[in-house]
Formats: sequence, C-alpha cells, structure tokens
Amino acid sequence: MEPLTYRSLRALRDAVCSGEVSAREITRAHLDRIAEVEPAISALLAVTTDGALAQADAVDAARSRGEELGPLAGVPIALKDVISTRGVATTCGSRILAGWKPPYDATVTARLREAGAVMLGKANCDEFAMGSSTENSAYGPTRNPWNLDRVPGGSSGGSAAAVAAGEVAGSLGSDTGGSIRQPAALCGIVGLKPTYGRVSRFGLVAYASSLDQIGPMARSVEDAALLLEAICGVDLLDATSVDAPPFSAEAVKRGDIRGLRVGVPREFMGDGIDGAVAAAVRAAVEALCSMGATAEECSLPTARHSLATYYILAPAEASSNLARYDGVRFGLRSEGGSGHAGMTEASREAGFGAETKQRILVGTYALSAGYYDAYYLRAQKVRTLIRRDFDAAFERFDVLVTPTSPTVAFGIGEKSDDPLAMKLADVCTLPANMAGIPGVSIPCGMDQGLPIGLQIMGRSFDEENVLRAAYAYEQATRWHTHRPEVAR
Amino acid sequence: MPAIQTETQYVSSIGMEVHAELLTESKMFCGCRNAFGGEPNTRCCPVCLGLPGSLPVANRLAVELVIRAALALHCSISPIAEFDRKNYFYPDLPKGYQISQYDQPIGSGGWLDIETEAGPRRVHIRRVHLEEDTGKLMHLPTGDSAVDYNRSGVPLMEIVTEFPPDMGSADEARAYLVKLRAILTCIGVSDGKMEQGSLRCEPNISVRPTGASAFGTKTEIKNLNSFRAVHRGVQHELTRQVALLRRGERVAQETRGWNEARGETVLQRVKEVEQEYRYFPEPDLLPLHIDDAWVASIRAGLPELPDAARLRLVDQYGVSAAEADLLTQTAAWTAYFERAAGLCGNARATANWMMGELARLLNAANLEIDQCKAGPEALAELLAMVESGKISGKMAKGVWEAAFETGEAPAAIAARQGEQISDAGALGAVLNSVIAAQPDVWQALCAGDEKKLTFMVGQIMKQTRGKANPGEVNRLLRERMAGGAQ
Repeated sequence: MEPLTYRSLRALRDAVCSGEVSAREITRAHLDRIAEVEPAISALLAVTTDGALAQADAVDAARSRGEELGPLAGVPIALKDVISTRGVATTCGSRILAGWKPPYDATVTARLREAGAVMLGKANCDEFAMGSSTENSAYGPTRNPWNLDRVPGGSSGGSAAAVAAGEVAGSLGSDTGGSIRQPAALCGIVGLKPTYGRVSRFGLVAYASSLDQIGPMARSVEDAALLLEAICGVDLLDATSVDAPPFSAEAVKRGDIRGLRVGVPREFMGDGIDGAVAAAVRAAVEALCSMGATAEECSLPTARHSLATYYILAPAEASSNLARYDGVRFGLRSEGGSGHAGMTEASREAGFGAETKQRILVGTYALSAGYYDAYYLRAQKVRTLIRRDFDAAFERFDVLVTPTSPTVAFGIGEKSDDPLAMKLADVCTLPANMAGIPGVSIPCGMDQGLPIGLQIMGRSFDEENVLRAAYAYEQATRWHTHRPEVAR
Repeated sequence: MPAIQTETQYVSSIGMEVHAELLTESKMFCGCRNAFGGEPNTRCCPVCLGLPGSLPVANRLAVELVIRAALALHCSISPIAEFDRKNYFYPDLPKGYQISQYDQPIGSGGWLDIETEAGPRRVHIRRVHLEEDTGKLMHLPTGDSAVDYNRSGVPLMEIVTEFPPDMGSADEARAYLVKLRAILTCIGVSDGKMEQGSLRCEPNISVRPTGASAFGTKTEIKNLNSFRAVHRGVQHELTRQVALLRRGERVAQETRGWNEARGETVLQRVKEVEQEYRYFPEPDLLPLHIDDAWVASIRAGLPELPDAARLRLVDQYGVSAAEADLLTQTAAWTAYFERAAGLCGNARATANWMMGELARLLNAANLEIDQCKAGPEALAELLAMVESGKISGKMAKGVWEAAFETGEAPAAIAARQGEQISDAGALGAVLNSVIAAQPDVWQALCAGDEKKLTFMVGQIMKQTRGKANPGEVNRLLRERMAGGAQ
C-alpha cells in the first residue's frame, strides 16, 4: 500500500470515505511520522495526540453511521500557533503567552473542525508572527526539512516545515508581509495568502490587523485550494471579512490558461534577486507561455517602497495590538514590579523577545505626537499609491509573476545579526499585503538542493485565476513532487 | 466675551465633558448585555475582555443613538463614522486602548439653550462622539485591587462643549447639565442616572483677571454624582482658584475629585504634561457610512424635545414656567404629568402635587420617577377624591404616603382609613364593655402586667371587627391605665 504520509489531501479524504483506511489509521501514521522527524525539525510546539485521535474516531463513527463526511474528513493538519484553539495552548511563539489556552476557537479552527479535518498540533512561528526565519520563537528555531542547517523561512516556518516533512497533509499560516509565501517557497510547498477579508481573522492573534490574513499551506495547488474553500467566507465576528462571491476549488482545476495575461514586474527581477532564483522564475514564465498564456514585462514603480512602508505600519499597529499583554488578565505576570505600572513593565520585559520589543518601540514612536504625520500618515499615503500601481497593472494583466523570496533558504543564524538583510527576505511578498491582493507561492526549481518559489499575484478576490495559473504550471512541471530526505 | 463675572476681579470659564452610557440592549462591540450592576465579571466575553484574537463588531444601534443625540443638540452629522484607537495602559482598559472617535466625531458644531437667574445663554457644543466604556477598578479591604469588566465595552457617548467656554457660573453649569439630561432622557438615548454613573460629567474650570485675554490654567473635577454636587463642586473650585490667585499663588493643571462629605475638591492627578494617546484609525472596524436617508429617518423619529414640551405645557395646561421646567426634567416626568392631568382633569393640582409631595418623597427615597410605585393613575385618583371632597387635603397626604410606600390604590387606602373608628367616645364605650367583661385581666394590667395589653387590644379589635384605629386604642388604654383602676 502507498504510504499514508505524503498522500494528497484529496486522496486521504477519498480513502476515508471509501473505507480504504480509517481516519484513525491516517492519524496514527502521521503521529508516527511526527515522532520520527520532529526531533530533527521542531516544527510543532504541541502535538495534540488525544484530541486528534478523538477527532479521527468521530469521523470514523460518522462514516460507520452512514453519514456524509465533510470535505476534509480525516485529513491531518497543523495550525500556526497564532491561531486560537479552544482549550489547546496558543502561545504565538511567545513566553508571554506560555500556557495560554483560549476559551474559544478561531473561526478557521471551527470551520476546519466542521469540515472533518483532524488537528495534530500547533506549529512553531516567529514570536507574534514577527520575523522571516522562525528564529524569533521563544521556543527555539524550526529547521528546514531540506537542510537542517537552514531556516524554514517565517514567520509560518513551523507550518511550512511540517507540511514539507510529511508530518501533516496541510496547515494554516498567517501572512502579514509574506509569512505564508516565503516559508512555503523555502520549504518547497504551496502557500497562499488570500485577499484581505477573504478569510475571517477572528481568533487570529493580531500582529498588524490591516495586513494579517490567514491562508493555507499544502503540497499541491489543489490541496491548498481545498483548504481555502473550507476556511473562507464572511464572518459576523470579523467586521473586515468580506461577503465576496464564494471561492470554488473545483474551478481552479477547470479549463486552461490560454489567453491568460501574465505581467512580469521588472522591479522584482533585478538587484538583490539571486541569479538562480531569477532564472527559475524566467523559466516558469516561459512554461506558462508555452501553455498559451501571454507574458510581458511591466512596472510597479512604487512597490519598492513597500518595505519602508511596512516597517512603519505593521509596528504601529503591533504596538497597539500587543498592549493587552499587561499581566492583568492572562499570560505571564511577573511579580517583579510594584503597582500596576511596575507589574506591566516587568511582565512585558520578561515576556517579550527582542524583535517584538523592537517593533513595539518603533511603532510607538511612529504614532507619537509630532511624528504621526511624518511616519504613519505618510506611510498610509504610500500604501495607497502602491495599491494604485497594482490596480493599473491589473487593467493590463490577469496575474503578476515574481520570485517569492530573493534567495533560497539561508543558514540558521546567518542573518540574525543583520536585521536589514533579514527584512529584505520579504521584499517580493510585502507589496501584496500593502495592496490586500492574493498571492501564492509554488515550487519552481531547485538550487543547491533547496527549493525555489514562484509567486503569482492577482486581483482582489480573484484567487481563482491565481490558483488556476499555479495549477496549470504545477501540472506541467514536477517540482512539487520533490521530497526532502529528512535526516534522522 | 461670553464668560460672565462672578467675582469682582475675576472672570470664570467653565467647559464640560459629559459621558452618557447609551440605552442599547448589548454592548458596543460584542453581544454582552448592557446593564447596570450585578455580580462582577458576569457580563463579559472574549471581546470586551480583550482576549487575544478577539475582534470588535460595531453596534449599529449605538451609532443611531449618537446621531439622535447629535440631532437633538443641533449638531451637523458626519457622513462617515470612523473609529480610532486611544492608547494607554490601565488595568480597567483590557485591550490597552479604548476604541473611540478622534478627528471625525459623529456630531459637531451644536448647541443647547439654558436659562438661569442671570438670564438666557446658548451653550455651544463642539463634538458628540461614540466610544466604549472601561471596566471598574475596585480596591479591596485586603489592599489588593480587583477589576469588574461588566461595564467594559458599554457604549458611551461623549459630549464636549465648545472652546472658548460659554458658561461662567455654577448656576449655568448645573442648568446645562439639567437641560442636557432632560434632552438625553427624552429622546431615549440615556437613562440619565448620575448616581449610578450612567451619566457622568467632568467640568473644566478656570478663572482669569477681568480684562485679561489669556485663559487661566484649568482644572477638571470628577466624581460629581448629582446636580447638587455639580453646583457645589464648581462653586467650590471657582472660589478655590480665586483664593489661590489672590494669595499670589498659581493654579496647577490637575484633576480634582469632589468629596461630597467634606464639601471640597481634592487633588487626584497632576496633568502638567498632556498625555500621549497615540491615536490612529482602528483597523479592525470599517468606516460606517451615514447617508442622508438614515439621518432623515432618525430626525423624523425624534420625539418632542424638552424646550418644546416646556412651552407646550405652559400653553396647554396653564402651568407656570418654573413648574414646566420641573415637569420636563425627564421624559418620564412629562409623561407622568400628562397622564395624571389628563385623568383627573386638574393640571394645576397635578403640577402642584408633583412638585411638592411627589418630588419630596422621591428625593427622600432616592428614587427616579419611573421607579415610583404610585403611578399617574394613582395620583389622578387621589386628586379626584380631594376635588370631590371625599378626603381632606390633610388626609390626602397620609393616603399618598401610603400609596407611595406600597403601591396600593389611594381609594382603597382611603376607604380603609375612613372606616376606621378613631372617635374617642365610640372607642371609650367599647373599652368600657371589654373592661366589664374581663375585670381580672384589667386589674393585672393596671398592676403592671404589660403582657395583658396585647390581649386587651385584641378584645377591642374583636368587638369592632377590626375597625378600631389601633394607635387610638393604645392611646386610650394608656390614658385609662394612667388614671388607675376604677
């Protein structure tokens, strides 16, 4: 029998429905795989064995009663640890939330449960999703399954590594500046940041509210599309969620891409982009053209300001979003200080890591009287310009294609002392967050034994065209079938 | 210059910030019930506790109530309702920021008219905006502090007067608040309960030498829980500031709390540095569009406002201006009056009775008129009995007190009181026959056996089938006992 790990989401679900295997067998196989590779990779902060087996048994019981099973019945998944799970620790990779068990599920958690998915664990990430390497986790770094000396990317590094290593069939990450797409690229999987508002943020512990978006990570475009279909849709608990036309995973596989207009923004193909990465992306564009798409170079002149804009807006929102960690109601309380101010100071000093503190400081500064106009307000204006650049480009093109990451996975510790170099890792992904548009990363090559990611961006709420292009490319190539040899 | 002179050498300027909790069923950004009191932390949820991952969803009715209030205060209405975050750390503020409105309040540029002995004055209103209330910090006898988040997230409207301030005296400060409360309760936006803190006012006060153009340093007073406290607090603060300046000292910019028992303001917090709130647009909420049709339908739904009601009561019922003021202090007062006057047909007597006996009893019991057990029907019934001569004015007072206490119908109370045998002669005859029938008991009682008193009273009640006035019976018995055994 074909091994259960590394099977596709759709194949696993079909196997459960047909009775070929039970959800319990699938769960057990993946728990075994977790036990096998986790010591090397450290993708998961918690493995929820009991809860997973109970969920699997519920699926099997439903099947034996002849009930119709959900679209993700028996599918093993992991959730980034910034996504709330009722009664299961949700730490955000931070010491300040060590042991925090939310009394509620995030909307996406509830929707996955409803669809029959089986949650195997919570995935490691940079503290409060702030970082590009998962080295900022208070619980230690996650390692790249392709090379254990390399980072998996971040901040959803645990979610990406767990999928790449076959620990789960799919996972959810969150993407504020590239945190789904960049680790997907570095781990050789598919990662989609949906349109802002496509997926409810209720229960996603906020980093930068106007940029955060939850999205799927999987080993194929179809699997990612199935996950998106299960979690998307308007939610009364999130006022920024949008009642958009429903997304259909089936439509992604329908038809061809003949006549699809592909734009290749030159700003993402020049300086700072590794030669092998640029070459792989060019080859991918040619592959799309060979399937009937038309491609043309274009320009997004203001996109290069995304990095500077992001590092004003995201920390500004973060400085406010993270104010609630004061030791009063939940999370770490340090008894060091005196009075409320003292307690709050001591708790935050002990509970937050260096990167988080730095962003809180930067954001507090950017919002201060006298600096607000020069920083926050100006950044908002630049953000509008970036959005307009994309609007103009999408008048001529259906999708835009760029590298996801300027380089393949870098070494653990390699950029820890160079914050600017670290932040440049997100230079290709940030613009989509600024504009709120969807973007997917799919594998498109290998360099030095490490995966290269191709980013495809599209119009707001046009995940269908983005994923259709990705699916067509995937069907025409074999990159997504490469598997890492995880060292024991 | 609108400020008026209260001291010979100084001019006073008074501005006012008023916070009113809105009468919505649920809180501002979650589904928790909006109510007063209760066991601590029984009306809260992940959203109003600010738990990680929770998100606010705006209560549309709260926006509507603020538009209503802004219209009643003659404000222009912003075409868009946007929320901002006001960032500061405090244990009663669960998210570390308060969702409020910063540069685009729902209402701006309004006014209301007041009248005091000094004459009429128009008080201009700078802004009316919507925000969320905080929790409540409690200091326990153990020395620890505790927080109750039942109030956290209750929709709160802030009404701020224009600068430079229009008001210049404690009388005007009180009149402004009385009128504002009348309007807010009349339009059903607030219950106006100052003692419960659902309506809170913070006057800011400064004085400057007559003729000086620059305003003096202002102080803010908190903890004013009644109209009386507002008047006394403002007056005290004006006097304090003038005294400081006359001594050659300076007024410090600070927040002072009113101490009702001591009758003075006490320093709470020095505010020399303007606090840095780092306002920015709330990214979790989308701007809410307020279109003309919505505003028009809210305007059309406004009831008669206190100013109009006041004029109408004078005109329609012939009550005095002073009576009309009191009768329009809240919508509940106006409704009570109109119902009672309509039923009994005597508006003057109704107004008299409400300003006198009803107001007195409400004050003594610390009740609002809508909590009163004796409703307008009861008052009408009472006044009709007085008018027809069934009961005397003196008796009416007693009947009314009983009705106020128990909620029993005045006619029933009067009937019972009227049937009572209180006449000393009649009761004396009954007493004689009881003594004649029970001579031993009477002897024992007169010898000092007090326990027999109850028995004697019981015998008299039995003979009169319960109609004897017990107080009168007791009095007679004592009198007879003092006279000695016969």
